[in-house]
Amino acid sequence: METLHFAFDGGTAPAPFAPTLVGVVASGNLEVLVEPSPDTGCRIDVDTSARGFGAVWEAVLRDFHERHGIAGLSIAIHDMGATPAVVSLRLDQVIAAIQGVTP
Amino acid sequence: MHSFAEMSARERLAALVDAGSFHEWLPPSERVTSPHLAQLGVPAAFDDGVAIGRATLAGRAVFVAAQEGGFMGGGVGEVHGAKLVGLLRRALRDRPDAVLVLAESGGVRLHEANAGLIAVSEVMRALLDVRAAGIATVMLIGGANGCFGGMGIVARCADTVVMSDIARHAMSGPEVIESAHGAGEFDSRDRALVWRTTGGKHRWLCGDCDVLVDDDAAAFRDAAIAALDAQRPLTLEALQQESALLQARADLDDDNADAFVLWSRLGVPDARAVPDLDADALRPLRPAAVAALARGGA
Amino acid sequence: MDWRTVVTRLFGACHAIAADGEFLGGMAVFEGTALAVVGTTNHAAVGVDLALRQARAVLATIAEHPGRPLLLLVDTQGQALRRRDELLGIHRAMAHLGCCLDLARRRGHPVVGLVYDQALSGGFITSGLMADVCHALPEAEIRVMRVPARVTKLPEDLLESLSRTNPVFAPGVANYVAMGGVRSLWGDDLAAGLRAALADRDTADRRAEEGARRGGRRAAADVIRRVLEA
Repeated sequence: METLHFAFDGGTAPAPFAPTLVGVVASGNLEVLVEPSPDTGCRIDVDTSARGFGAVWEAVLRDFHERHGIAGLSIAIHDMGATPAVVSLRLDQVIAAIQGVTP
Repeated sequence: MHSFAEMSARERLAALVDAGSFHEWLPPSERVTSPHLAQLGVPAAFDDGVAIGRATLAGRAVFVAAQEGGFMGGGVGEVHGAKLVGLLRRALRDRPDAVLVLAESGGVRLHEANAGLIAVSEVMRALLDVRAAGIATVMLIGGANGCFGGMGIVARCADTVVMSDIARHAMSGPEVIESAHGAGEFDSRDRALVWRTTGGKHRWLCGDCDVLVDDDAAAFRDAAIAALDAQRPLTLEALQQESALLQARADLDDDNADAFVLWSRLGVPDARAVPDLDADALRPLRPAAVAALARGGA
Repeated sequence: MDWRTVVTRLFGACHAIAADGEFLGGMAVFEGTALAVVGTTNHAAVGVDLALRQARAVLATIAEHPGRPLLLLVDTQGQALRRRDELLGIHRAMAHLGCCLDLARRRGHPVVGLVYDQALSGGFITSGLMADVCHALPEAEIRVMRVPARVTKLPEDLLESLSRTNPVFAPGVANYVAMGGVRSLWGDDLAAGLRAALADRDTADRRAEEGARRGGRRAAADVIRRVLEA
């Protein structure tokens, strides 16, 4: 298992939201927990069953941050070998969920 | 129809209870995770594979637990088990109308070995306390992984077991049996054999499950509502009757016969047609004798 | 230890306990008190027939001898791994046995478990672990299954090294004591062990508390408490 930490600057804070979870820690899948953060920017912590993919995570997560431009997020991921496409999907799903959720 | 089997535990839970009524205890944001998996190099789950809390069902107060079969096969580890025990002990204190468990589990989480084994036993004792207190206990089994091992035992300690026709409820998986005694004993690749030995249709015909439904979330919800008042107290008489029933059935298969043969002996007409029937078509074929015993003669 | 040795050391000649195949049953008189004894021997693989046999013995005790203490003598390799037992609902037969032991407890029968040789998996869940309290002999073997490394796909040597600091992973009766699953190991004076077990009339399930107190299973009791307080 590998633990990775990322932080991205910039973006706009979302409307207040409650902690939100999408996904499942199953083979080829991942769970994503997003919580409000008082910090600017976006912090993402990843526990992943597959080692050595730091650069891929960096690219996928940076792409996610640029796509949504949201700040004030603390994101925690438990990954069980999901592909970049599935990772991006879950991240998009969790953003959609917090934008639809009233606290 | 929304396939119950294809839903995640949380999706099933949301579909089961009254819309928006679920309030989770020890939610993912509290990060009550396994203290053991990191040492094994395995990622944790924020809820350790089970979501618990209170909700309403048809307006009535219930406690619910939903096991996520995708995480470690739904296996019961130390924290997962303790969440279930806590839920059951809280039920004794707070007296909801029922405790509902969406059970999908391989049993003891082998990665946590001893802790899982003890936990399963604690869940069993706590469940029986709830049952003895007259609070309805309901197991809803409809996941692709089925309900096996220690959870298979625990589930049958409840008042009501609801199964879909594609679910399985048993002790050991076919691979384990084949591993121990060969494909001749149990060919794990013969899916038809596996399902007629441990699947919902078989369990229904034999009286091992109390309700048979389609693989449909709405059907599970309807069955759960009906089960809110289906308590079956474990009296001495009830257990003596259960002993006799199970022994009589074991005697019907003293020659190690296949399910088809057992069904015929139980009185099911046209046993060979069973695998092709859906739940609605199969339901009335449960032998009258089995049905009578299943509901204490009612 | 052989069941006859256990029985002789506990009861001397004051017993009518016999083995019928792998089923152990009968009664004994211990320090003036009649006890019912139910269990298995020969590392029994518990299938439907043996589970039902034990259940019937428990029910007979409840029906015919109200309040009589039940001593469970456990020696099992776990559930039978057979198609027939799955077909006939071994999970249900085992649940039934567990329910019978639970009823005995509710009707005021002290239910004491003793692992005198092996206890694995399902066979243990529905015997010793359903007693009020389970004890074991120091040389007993308690485990979940035989080859966890193969099934979990974890390296054997990793499991081995972890088990030295974490009682969760490795088999061993001392680990079960540390985790609260087993209350005590009986020394050479087996009668003293049984005497103490029979004197303890607390029927609440205190295993999580004991696991926390002994340090072998720290999270469970805390999680239970948190759910109650949430």
